[in-house]
Amino acid sequence: MAKNPNEESTTEKTESTEGVPAPQGAANLIDTDYVIGQDNLTASPLGINLDIHGKVFAISAIVTVFFVLITLALQNEVEPIFGAMRDWLTANLAWFFILAGNVFVVLCLGLIFSPLGKVRIGGSEASPDFTYVGWFSMLFAAGMGIGLMFYGVSEPMSHFDAALGGTSMENGIRTDWAPLGAAAGDVEGAARLGMAATIFHWGLHPWAIYAVVALALALFSFNKGLPLTIRSIFYPVLGERIWGWPGHIIDMLAVFATLFGLATSLGIGASQASAGLTYLFGIPSGNVTMVLLILGITSIATLSIVAGVDKGVKRLSQINMVLAFVLLLFVLIVGPTLVILTGFFENLWAYVVNLPAFSNPFFREDANFSQGWTAFYWAWWISWSPFVGMFIARVSRGRTVREFLIAVLLVPSFVSVLWMTAFGGTAIDQFVDTGFEGVREAALELKLFAMLGELPLTEITSFIGIVLVVVFFVTSSDSGSLVIDTITAGGKVDAPKPQRVFWAFIEGGIAIALLLGGGLVALQAMAVSTGLPFTVVLLVGCYAIVKGLMSEPRG
Amino acid sequence: MYKKIMVPVDLAHLDALKRSLQVAADLARQYKAEVCYVSVTANTPGPVGRTPAEYEKKLASFADEQAQLHGQPISSRVFVSTDPTAELDRILVKAVGIVGADLVLMATHLPHRVDAIMPSHGDKIAKHINVSVFLVRP
Repeated sequence: MAKNPNEESTTEKTESTEGVPAPQGAANLIDTDYVIGQDNLTASPLGINLDIHGKVFAISAIVTVFFVLITLALQNEVEPIFGAMRDWLTANLAWFFILAGNVFVVLCLGLIFSPLGKVRIGGSEASPDFTYVGWFSMLFAAGMGIGLMFYGVSEPMSHFDAALGGTSMENGIRTDWAPLGAAAGDVEGAARLGMAATIFHWGLHPWAIYAVVALALALFSFNKGLPLTIRSIFYPVLGERIWGWPGHIIDMLAVFATLFGLATSLGIGASQASAGLTYLFGIPSGNVTMVLLILGITSIATLSIVAGVDKGVKRLSQINMVLAFVLLLFVLIVGPTLVILTGFFENLWAYVVNLPAFSNPFFREDANFSQGWTAFYWAWWISWSPFVGMFIARVSRGRTVREFLIAVLLVPSFVSVLWMTAFGGTAIDQFVDTGFEGVREAALELKLFAMLGELPLTEITSFIGIVLVVVFFVTSSDSGSLVIDTITAGGKVDAPKPQRVFWAFIEGGIAIALLLGGGLVALQAMAVSTGLPFTVVLLVGCYAIVKGLMSEPRG
Repeated sequence: MYKKIMVPVDLAHLDALKRSLQVAADLARQYKAEVCYVSVTANTPGPVGRTPAEYEKKLASFADEQAQLHGQPISSRVFVSTDPTAELDRILVKAVGIVGADLVLMATHLPHRVDAIMPSHGDKIAKHINVSVFLVRP
């Protein structure tokens, strides 16, 4: 291990007016001869500067194009293959995903309370690059903003419905989708169980998944001096070999998962926004609307990444947090206030009580729920983790590990509980109290609007809902492009602008191609399948975090 | 005529800066001006420095080397950014005021069509500051 070069620094410390002082203080750099960017190709075709990691960039691009073409050309053949792959993984390896998820949660919670929590990301005297509000907005918007819009109403309702229906058996196998033992006929019990199951999927576990990737990357980049790319996590295991093919493959896998995860989400999000526009303004839903939406989202995302993290991504994230908060407050006040407020604590309690049963990886009686919902979710979160984790890492310098985990694990989990309680709780209350069937019967992408339709000022709130869906997509798309650009530039964050624009366009392009040609579902299955190799990456990440933190100065 | 010349440098691309450094040295001698070498670097590990502090050290010794060439007083300054690609121009514009320079001298590429949508750093900086800007073509 190398000595800290900062100690022998003789230069005068300069204070930056950007609020970004140089990271100082003790940190334990890894000694490597690798120079960041040494494998990069630089060129300027047509006056456009490029600075890319040749192998990672070229192979990722070729493989991406290949998969898009093959999905478009052989749709009927490919879809069942990818679908079967996903089903096989979630069915046979559900225990692995669920077990790994538990490892991540336990590690993160443990670190908060351990002395290792005192280690500061970026060196013992580093100061944060962003304010709490800016930082939190960005990590939340990148992490799950869009999902909360899509599933906030629909998921609690689905679990509630299934739980209320009770269990059903066929040939000794349960055919219902209810969580755990269901709550047949018990409205109150079904509501609690449904909310607890939803919170389980949106609470500690997904955020622990992100936190592991983010913390490992931040640690190995800001404290150990390795490039900001996924392969750096493997240094404790592979050593210098990460600069060769093992590293290339890890990075390409990350690019691949991010690109397809984003493109499929972009396609699915466009269908929700377009369904909302049809519902609200009677705009004809169809391919034209969706393609225009994707073009719009991609253009805003492009402007945002050209403006940069601070002026683009952060601003949009903050706007979205304000809008989301306004919508949440509105539902809280205009909806069944008391039910939501008491529900918050009851749901939280129901989550805590049911957590051991939900997170049990073995001998589950509710196979449909634990495989079809939980394992699928875990695989999906994990396939998103390189992207979200890397983005969180990039904006988290200067925080202590403890501060980082509280902000990335605990706070978002509480926000998820509140959000789910307000949106899902209101929908369930509408059904229980007034017998309103609208939300239950609405299509998945319309459930949010059906719920808002029962509250006053529908036009305004639904419109805010659509704007939120769109802007959350922009914030996912722009941070995703930044991440892909950094990975394909060998960990350099100062690669020329046209590269990030290129990746933003590619994402939009894939989304449009698959939306028109079909195959979004197939590629989603494909992206989820990358969850398996990444679960291994994350487990290595856990080891790397502990090993890396042990060698850091605390204080 | 000029008291302090600000010269933005990227230590990762020194080969592209030869001419501008030469011109800076000549002008500094001519006017007995101080030369301030300025860099914007990422907060993440990069090719030149694995921490901004390391970059800062390298810039300081680079500035010392330059001083031996032209014999004028020098200073150096590193600005750390979370997103240097996007923020370079903004930071350099601010840097002029912070450093207190009355001339900015920087290397730039030949004008080409892409400039219409992606103006060069020199173009942008000249647009936003009051002091003279000397763009050195390759």
